[in-house]
Formats: sequence, C-alpha cells, structure tokens
Amino acid sequence: MIAIVKYNAGNIYSVVHALRRLGVEPLVTDDVETLHAADKVIFPGVGEASTTMAYLQAKGLDRTILSLKQPVLGICLGMQLMCRYSHEGGVDCLGIFDTEVKRFEPQPGLKIPHMGWNQIYRLQSPLFASTRENDFVYFVHSYYVPLCDHTAAVCDYPTPFSAALHKDNFHATQFHPEKSGDIGSRILNEFIRL
Amino acid sequence: MLAKRIIPCLDVKDGMTVKGVNFVNFRNAGDPVELGRQYSEAGADELVFLDITATFEGRKTFVDVVRRIAAGVSIPFTVGGGINELKDVATMLGAGADKVSVNSAALKNPQLISDIAGNFGSQVCVCAIDAKEEAPGDWTCYVAGGHIPTGRKLFEWAHEAQERGAGEILFTSMNHDGVKCGYANEALARLHDELSIPVIASGGAGRMVDFRDAFTLGHADAALAASVFHFGEIKIDELKDYLRKQNICVR
Repeated sequence: MIAIVKYNAGNIYSVVHALRRLGVEPLVTDDVETLHAADKVIFPGVGEASTTMAYLQAKGLDRTILSLKQPVLGICLGMQLMCRYSHEGGVDCLGIFDTEVKRFEPQPGLKIPHMGWNQIYRLQSPLFASTRENDFVYFVHSYYVPLCDHTAAVCDYPTPFSAALHKDNFHATQFHPEKSGDIGSRILNEFIRL
Repeated sequence: MLAKRIIPCLDVKDGMTVKGVNFVNFRNAGDPVELGRQYSEAGADELVFLDITATFEGRKTFVDVVRRIAAGVSIPFTVGGGINELKDVATMLGAGADKVSVNSAALKNPQLISDIAGNFGSQVCVCAIDAKEEAPGDWTCYVAGGHIPTGRKLFEWAHEAQERGAGEILFTSMNHDGVKCGYANEALARLHDELSIPVIASGGAGRMVDFRDAFTLGHADAALAASVFHFGEIKIDELKDYLRKQNICVR
C-alpha cells in the first residue's frame, strides 16, 4: 500500500490522480500508524516552508517522516522540507538531507519562480532507471537546493541545482513528476516498483 | 534549458468544447478531457480551458469537467472564464486545476490578484489581459471578452498585476487575434523587458514562423493558440520540430 502524507499541501490530489493512472490506489492519511505500516510513503508539497513545518510539528508528522524505514518520496516543497534548513521563512526542517534551501537570486532576464519544463541530467538514482539524460520535467519553485552529496539529478537555472536528492530510503524531486507527462509517470512508476 | 511552452486553448460551453476540431479518427471531438489528452500526447506543454458558459448549471458542469481533466491529463492546466472571487478560485483548485486565469474581475477589483497570491501562491495566478493598440505603442485594456474598454493601459496594469503577486501574464492582442498574421511581438518584447514574471503570448498565430517570432522577437516564455491547433492547420509535434530547427528550446 502506498500512503500519501495528508497535510495542507496543494498537490495531494494531483499525486493521487497520477498514481491512479498507473493503476495504484493510494491512501491519503495523517495517521502515524498507517504511515508506518505503508509499503511506501509519498510526501507531496506545494506551499510555504515555515508554516508547513509548523503544521507538521503540531501534528507530530515531522518525527514520523524522519523515522520511516520504507521508501519515501518527497516532491517539491516535500523535498525542501526534508533538508536541514530553509531560507523560506528561515525555518529548521527535517534534516534528512544535510543541506540548506536557498532563494533564486534575482538577475536580469531571470524569471522567478522557475516555472515550466526544464532538463535534468547526471541522473543517479533508481527513480531514473527509465528516464534519459536531458529529459524534460515540470518545475514550479522559487527556492532551490544547491548541489550537494545527495544530489541525484541536476537542473540548470541558470546555475546548476539539485533537481532530485537520494539518501538511503529517502528520495526526493524538486520537479513535479505528477505533472510531467510520460516522463513523470515513468519516474513515479519506478518509485512504485522500488 | 528552460523550454518555451506551447499552449493550446480550449473554449468550453456546457461541458463541451466549442470550436470544431479536426483530429483524424477522433470520435469524441467535443469532449474537453479527450481533447486535452490528445494535445498532451501530441506534445502540448500546458493546457488552458476557458469556460464561456453563462448559466449557473453550465458552471457546475464546468467544475465536473475540471475534475475529469485533473484525473485524465498529466500536464499542468489553467482554467479561466468566470473567476470572479476567491471562492471560485478555491473551487477550481479544489477540482484539480493547477492555475486559474483572471481577467475582467481583476481589472474591476485588483485586490483579487493579491488575495489569490496570498491564499494560494503566485504560481496559481495567471493574469489574462485583452488589450487593443489604439495608437502606436498605446495599448488599452478591455473587459467582457474584449467588448468594453477600460481606462487602464496594458503596461501599467501588467506592472500592477505583477506587484500584486500574479505569477504570469497572458497577453492577448485584440489587433492580432483571429488575423493569423503573427503575435504582437513589439508589445510582448516590452512586457518581457519590464516584467520579471513569465509572459504568455496570445492572439495571432497562423503559421509556424509566428511562434518562432513570438519567442525570438517577442521574447515570450510561452505561446498560446486555439484555432490553428483545433483545425489541424498546425500539428504540435511538427511545430516543435520546426522550432528545434530554429534553435529554440522546446520540450
């Protein structure tokens, strides 16, 4: 059973629909026992970092996510919250990935948020087993994770940043596989098959 | 590299697409969900669905359509038409839309943009602007489907929309719309120069070169079109091949 962490994230139902299109019926829950019992857990996210962290802490979901042993997939804000610290609202996050989350610096000609289809490369995680170098995926974000030891895919905007992270059972994508057409479906499918 | 986006726009009335379509071997020509799926498979980067229904029942039908699109389409989509207050935005996002576009209601009540951005984030708020060039370089915003002129000017309104938190500007040139002789590239380039949010070009697509020019001369981040796609005059996969050969980054 695949569980999706239920909280005030904007894209939960996009993720549900994407899994259904792959023939999987996920369970959306904030119940700690159910999350622990799931085969896999998806931690989605669209929203603001500091208010979302406060919500997770109030519900005890921060400790739950940290303690999960099964494969976990963080998406977008979910990935950022799995890092050590976010400059969005200046908040300590879960610390699974020992890196900070920074804001794109405004510069002439650079549109913020980074919105649209961009290429990922240096793919280094089982999630990308059926993805090719330089395939396009869909991003929407104003904050980013710099390159670090856990970087599992790179994207340029215009400086290289982490498009995906991987450490032990924890996987994460800055882009939205649930909105990335066929490529996104393949990435979600690889996660389902882990 | 960030790709330039190609966005087909579908008008929906009482749950069905309005403009005719010309897909070969395509039975449910009027079903917006099937059409959206076809466009997605052909390589569209995003979709826009505009509700042009006037009745209360039609509106409810549209929410069902949005729900079905969200379930069936795996690329981002925007819905617009009849988004008048924050409640409408919540309904559309709740049904699964990724973004909403606001037009007349935002010109009437600019606070709506601030409220959408504040409650749901800038990335969901597309500010659609219909404008007409009434003297060289002098663009006036129109409301009610381009029927009623307002006192607002395109560039200052686009600036205000950005300041209030709009995530994108969808600019339709009324001078170019339906003429099929290219987008309003000078005005697009000026929007690009003056704004820090993405600009979607709309109105004027007739040939593939028009898309190229919107990106190279107009510096648009995305180009929207309706009839050239619906009538099969331009196929999205062929358009993308063409743009690639013109050294434009597309998916």
